[in-house]
Amino acid sequence: MKAGNEGQAITGMAGNTITGTGEKPQTLLGADELVLNMGPQHPSTHGVLRVKLKLDGERVIGSECMIGYLHRGVEKIAEHRSYQQFAPYVDRMDYVAAVSNGLGYCEAIEKLLMVEAPPRARVIRTILTELQRIASHLLWLGTHALDIGALTPLFYCFREREEILKIFEKYCGARLTTHAFRIGGLQYEAYDTLEKDVERFCKAFEPRIKDYEDLLTGNRIWLGRTKGVGILSAKDAIALGATGPVLRASGVKWDIRKAMPYAAYDQYKFEIPVGTTGDTYDRYMVRMEEMRQSRLICLQAIENIPSGPIMAKVGKVLKPPPGEVYHAIEAPKGELGYYVVSDGTVQPYRVRIRPPSFVNLQSFDYMAKGHLVADVVAIIGTLDIVLGEVDR
Amino acid sequence: MRAKFGTALVEAIEDRKQAIVTVECGRLGEVAQYLRDEEKFDLLSDLTAVDWPKREKRFDVVLNLYSFAKNERLRVKVRAGDGEQVPSVAGVWPTANWLEREAFDMFGIIFAGHPNLTRILLPDEWQGYPLRKDYDIIEQDTGWVRENLGIESGQ
Repeated sequence: MKAGNEGQAITGMAGNTITGTGEKPQTLLGADELVLNMGPQHPSTHGVLRVKLKLDGERVIGSECMIGYLHRGVEKIAEHRSYQQFAPYVDRMDYVAAVSNGLGYCEAIEKLLMVEAPPRARVIRTILTELQRIASHLLWLGTHALDIGALTPLFYCFREREEILKIFEKYCGARLTTHAFRIGGLQYEAYDTLEKDVERFCKAFEPRIKDYEDLLTGNRIWLGRTKGVGILSAKDAIALGATGPVLRASGVKWDIRKAMPYAAYDQYKFEIPVGTTGDTYDRYMVRMEEMRQSRLICLQAIENIPSGPIMAKVGKVLKPPPGEVYHAIEAPKGELGYYVVSDGTVQPYRVRIRPPSFVNLQSFDYMAKGHLVADVVAIIGTLDIVLGEVDR
Repeated sequence: MRAKFGTALVEAIEDRKQAIVTVECGRLGEVAQYLRDEEKFDLLSDLTAVDWPKREKRFDVVLNLYSFAKNERLRVKVRAGDGEQVPSVAGVWPTANWLEREAFDMFGIIFAGHPNLTRILLPDEWQGYPLRKDYDIIEQDTGWVRENLGIESGQ
């Protein structure tokens, strides 16, 4: 019962500030609270996030996220497309990690069809998805550091990200919205030098992570801007549904790749980094370590790519038997779930996408309370949201 | 669970190795509290709905739960008719706050006891609930073109 009461306290707090119907909050100097609009056209909101901040001087006493500017009705579109036709749409949600989105969707439909992708396809999927995780974290690191005022990491990060995008381009012809996988396996066989390219990238990447850390980890300005900012305790993180690096930085050792392995993750050794205090600095450290671990997974995977077919036996027209499936993967931003209901026809009856960014963004109000306006920028950055996925 | 809730448990099945239980709509709050405190399903992964317009109670409200202690997922469903109130679980899992707002936005399902049940993705003045099966996209398109461009849509 104790836990229940505390859970309610969070809602209560958020509820009051969001509706603004409660009594006027008492400000420090007795002055009226100031409502400041931030976004949707603001460089630090990473797209079209609009935040209404209630301020007491420079301190945030409440906030409300206004989302939906990028709503395209993806879930409605899915009901009017065949299973294969919808696959490219999922790339447009988290558009900086399209490969992960595609993996989640393809695996969900495979589960619905009760087929499994062949081992070779699963290993190649794992390699590409881990590269995508590195690319997504690099983009996060560059822009997050830029928001806080460090200009240099952006150029370094984009330099390395470019190498990963080149591998994607060689593999499937696209850099961002890749549509790399197909339901049942892969459409394309790995190109001849894939292993070599991945190996070269991984070898070159290790000293680069050290470069980023040299710039930031011990940097006094970086520490001042991130330590103790946006603290989320493990209990609150779970209550607010936060997943991925946000949850792990709060000290919860949970990663779907380990807890419920998919693709070929059960074959590789890797660690799950966790934080202790759950502040912005911990989330930074967790993501840095995740890049190292992803690199190790890639190196293990290229050593032994099994031979064999790359597609399971699935028909040209997919008609999954009636039923439903919820399949979640560990996307770079957290738990990415697909809940698909089939009524036995060629089109899905319902596709629900559980986006990590949308749910993680919900903890923003909780994290921002009591901080300065400048910290809001750091907190938006540390949540690593992509508005394409928040709004769908 | 059956022993505890008896008739409130409408159905319990397994589909493709996933546990799915359907409970009576009115007792969702009670069941949610029990699942979180006693069965340790402390993470609400997802809350959504499915529309079955031909059924008497047209909506399925679907909760996907996860338990860290057991490393298990559980799906809880309730059936609700049009306009029927579904008890909000935002007091049990605060993450349900936005998820229920989205279900309200897209399906028009009313969650009783929700702290702030307003539209979240669509503008407040939006008419209709897009993810309902009778919300026809072609009709929307023709309507918009006629109203805003003054011509007949070519679709």
